[in-house]
Amino acid sequence: MSINATLIIQMVVFFAVIWITMKYIWPVILGAMQEREQKIADGLAAGDRAEKELERAKAKVDTLIIEAKEQAGQIKEQANQVANKVKDQAKSEALAEKERQMTAAEAEIEQQVNRAREQLRQQVSTLAVAGAEKLISKEIDAQKHAQLLDELIAEI
Amino acid sequence: MASGESSGSAGDYISHHLVNNTQELVEGSSFWTINADSVFYTILLAVIYLLFFRSVAKKATAGVPSKTQNFVEMILGFVDKQVTDVFTGSSKLVAPMALSIFIWVWLMNFMDLLPIDLLPWLGTLIGIEYMKIVPSTDLNIVFGMSFGVMLLVFYYSFTVKKPVVLGYLKEFLTHPFAAEGWLGKILLAGPNLFLNLVETLAKPVSLSLRLFGNMYAGELIFILIAVLTVNYTFADFFSPGGIMVSVMQFILAFVWAVFHILIITLQAYIFMMLSVVYMNMAHETHEDH
Repeated sequence: MSINATLIIQMVVFFAVIWITMKYIWPVILGAMQEREQKIADGLAAGDRAEKELERAKAKVDTLIIEAKEQAGQIKEQANQVANKVKDQAKSEALAEKERQMTAAEAEIEQQVNRAREQLRQQVSTLAVAGAEKLISKEIDAQKHAQLLDELIAEI
Repeated sequence: MASGESSGSAGDYISHHLVNNTQELVEGSSFWTINADSVFYTILLAVIYLLFFRSVAKKATAGVPSKTQNFVEMILGFVDKQVTDVFTGSSKLVAPMALSIFIWVWLMNFMDLLPIDLLPWLGTLIGIEYMKIVPSTDLNIVFGMSFGVMLLVFYYSFTVKKPVVLGYLKEFLTHPFAAEGWLGKILLAGPNLFLNLVETLAKPVSLSLRLFGNMYAGELIFILIAVLTVNYTFADFFSPGGIMVSVMQFILAFVWAVFHILIITLQAYIFMMLSVVYMNMAHETHEDH
């Protein structure tokens, strides 16, 4: 148990071991570790970014959907309004047409009736006169009976 | 355990295990002698450490690491964290130094956990009469390392502290007691010098003797446990008393070995941390005082 040259040998080996570790071991392994750390950090950052991007996209989609819904509502509203307007217009036009045709028809009928009545009257009067002439061709006071006939015609 | 050495007393057995196998380099010189066993094992362990870590370094990838790489990275990460926590300067040397010390000292200490007579017995088969297999129970080894650390400390103390060389010498005279004015400075120079000398001398001694003491004591306890059955013949192990002693010996050795796993790791860690602390002191500049 005495100090001897072993100490010097150990010291030399000590420096050699440190030198080899410093040169060939430590930087290599630590480099790999740091590189991996960097990679992982990058990966996580990319993940975060992607997540944020996704969130932004989702928000955008949401607003787009809401806008689209609004627009659709507006369009529907407008369409309804147009449809109602068209319907109303058509209805009123139809009513007016009906009115017009009905008055025209009525006028026609009136006309026809009047004409028929006129013809009938004339025919009846001639008929009556003819009949009367035949019935009472012998004794006829044309003047007396003319008055009677006129009354008759007026009655018809 | 020591059934092969049925001749010889317990005292012989103990002293036998505490003596290094020495080889004289220069005839009759006690200094130019080497402890062949310590040198052999310390270099063997250094080579094992370097080869293992180098093989991992060669295959190191930044992708998915293998289990071995993972294991090595765990150790590296641990050491790196300890060093960055303690060491405030910037140096390419300190962290590799810490790693080397941690692993190498741990491996030296680990030799303590091998069955105490296994390697010496294998040695006798190839004609080596006796050897000590735990390098860290050899004062030369622990002092060799602590002097190595101190040389680095001196080197950086002289080169880092400004002005070069003089900065460190000035620190010797003006710290820890600082004074304003030239009279106070002169008066305090003596005590400062004294304290700094003591501190500087204490560093390598406490660094190495702490490790040496722990490992030496630990090994001594293993030896004492082994001594329980030192003179047993084969038949003795199977006598009623012999069985009891053998079982007790096994339990004691087992418990102490488990406990010793903690100690060897702790001592390797302490040696590493103290070295880093000393290196940090060497890199500190006291300009803020």
